[in-house]
Amino acid sequence: MTEAPPTTRPAPPARRSPEGEPLLSVAGLSVRFLMPGGRDVAAVEDVSFDLAAGECLALVGESGCGKSVLASALLGLLPANAMVRGGARLAPEGPDLLTADQATLSRTVRGRRLGLIPQSPSAHLTPVRTVRSQLEETVREITDVPRSKLRAAGERAAERAAFPLDHLDRHPHQLSGGLAQRAATALALVGDAPLLIADEPTTGLDRDLVDRTVDELRRHVDDGRGLLVITHDLAAAERIADRVAVMYAGRIVELARADAFFGSPGPRHPYAAGLLDALPERAFTPIPGMPPELDALPAGCAFAPRCPAATDACGALPALAGGVACHHPREAARA
Amino acid sequence: MLELERITAGYDRRAPVVRELSLAVADGEAVGLLGPSGCGKSTLARVAALLHRPYAGTVRLAGRPAGGFRFRAPREQRTAVGLVFQQPRLAADPRMTLRQLIAAPAHATGRGDELAGRVDEWAATVGLTTELLTRHPHQVSDGQLQRACVARALLLRPALLICDEMTAMLDASTTAALVAVVEEYRAASGAALLAVGHDRVLLRRWCDRVVDFPAVQSNRSETAPTSSPSTSSTTEAKTS
Repeated sequence: MTEAPPTTRPAPPARRSPEGEPLLSVAGLSVRFLMPGGRDVAAVEDVSFDLAAGECLALVGESGCGKSVLASALLGLLPANAMVRGGARLAPEGPDLLTADQATLSRTVRGRRLGLIPQSPSAHLTPVRTVRSQLEETVREITDVPRSKLRAAGERAAERAAFPLDHLDRHPHQLSGGLAQRAATALALVGDAPLLIADEPTTGLDRDLVDRTVDELRRHVDDGRGLLVITHDLAAAERIADRVAVMYAGRIVELARADAFFGSPGPRHPYAAGLLDALPERAFTPIPGMPPELDALPAGCAFAPRCPAATDACGALPALAGGVACHHPREAARA
Repeated sequence: MLELERITAGYDRRAPVVRELSLAVADGEAVGLLGPSGCGKSTLARVAALLHRPYAGTVRLAGRPAGGFRFRAPREQRTAVGLVFQQPRLAADPRMTLRQLIAAPAHATGRGDELAGRVDEWAATVGLTTELLTRHPHQVSDGQLQRACVARALLLRPALLICDEMTAMLDASTTAALVAVVEEYRAASGAALLAVGHDRVLLRRWCDRVVDFPAVQSNRSETAPTSSPSTSSTTEAKTS
């Protein structure tokens, strides 16, 4: 897809799962928040998916649908009032991300087996230190590179994320949005983690920069890493993803191959179809209404109140079957 | 409606962000101003809204030269322009409820009682329920807060609406919904629109004509490596 620069090093074979073997298996993941006053917010409900090496899964949905909570759950970064059920196992013999204690997560998982590419890189970086110093610190902490080789290792890490070496001695506020994004990506790649999670990596960037950021992320997928991208930018998802998971009100309502979803035969869930039709390059028609509050979900299908196809059957919760959770999935009529 | 004539503006006289730029928006016309982050288009929008005094050049609203900028802008010119910013969180007082937020322009112009009914009308138009109006910004999503900001911008029925990256933080459906609200208002009132953004597809779909912001970055080459056009957003934080 994109040309790999000569500095890109393939991931060491020992860390790669065989093709098709999932790197991450999420099964029945639910996250609830108990709020003061007895409010019970169901942010993520019964989410299951696999992610393989060399594959990119894009998790898309409106803001507030629970996609960032899902990412926080996988990273072990949920606040104390969160209640988590289900499993999220790192393959092949990794710990369960949901039950592992913080010591295990910080010593063996974060940065080493799971890299985070954060939402706002300029806020993620330390403002008072140069990019070089932050990269070298990360290299020192999670690899066994000797002190004398730190400088070279830091520069190699920067090159892997296409971060220009003549900018290494700058502070984060001296970087553009795109370069800050690359610096954060470089940090995430230091430990050669086979699995990357990118949480809204393109928010606030302009379209050219979105395309470039997305293509760079895709390169790491083509190097054999697994990538989970969380985004509300459908154009970015179309550009990068192999598969798309559409989330609505905490549940995955459609899970499909990206080419089928964005091209022909198109999305099957009415919500997913509505999201695509809202794009200015398509019908530019909004979905009526707004997503439900997560502490007051309707019984049955949460999308039914906004859905043109809703019937009495939608009073019962549809299960995710054949890639779509809907009583009235759209047939492949648009082909 | 709006005439910008040879505007030079910025935050450092020796290195202005906008240089000798002219742009006109006719009555009822929708103009899209397109450019990458950091190119100075937000600065130009702030000048047009009388929020930023240019170093040189003339701003005319409805044929009359601007009587002043920022706090010196005359009320009838200031209230003729509605503004929606990119980040609703930075544009909303966290201590106000959404209802107070939408009503703020009415109170600021001493028309609070007169326009009380209109607050609810606009809230309904942008899709906010009565319950949401009682909440504070931290209790709603970005999309909901931006809906309130659009209602606030339209409350005084401006003859010109300036939307600076109004939808950059929003998902596709909320974007389409808010653009529809703005277009309904314009169809009913004949208001003009200056939409600033970096999404060519969106602006082409939305506006009568789309203007590419001219390249004015010559003064910024010292911070921008030639190999990486992405650094055109170097000054993003300062200009937006």
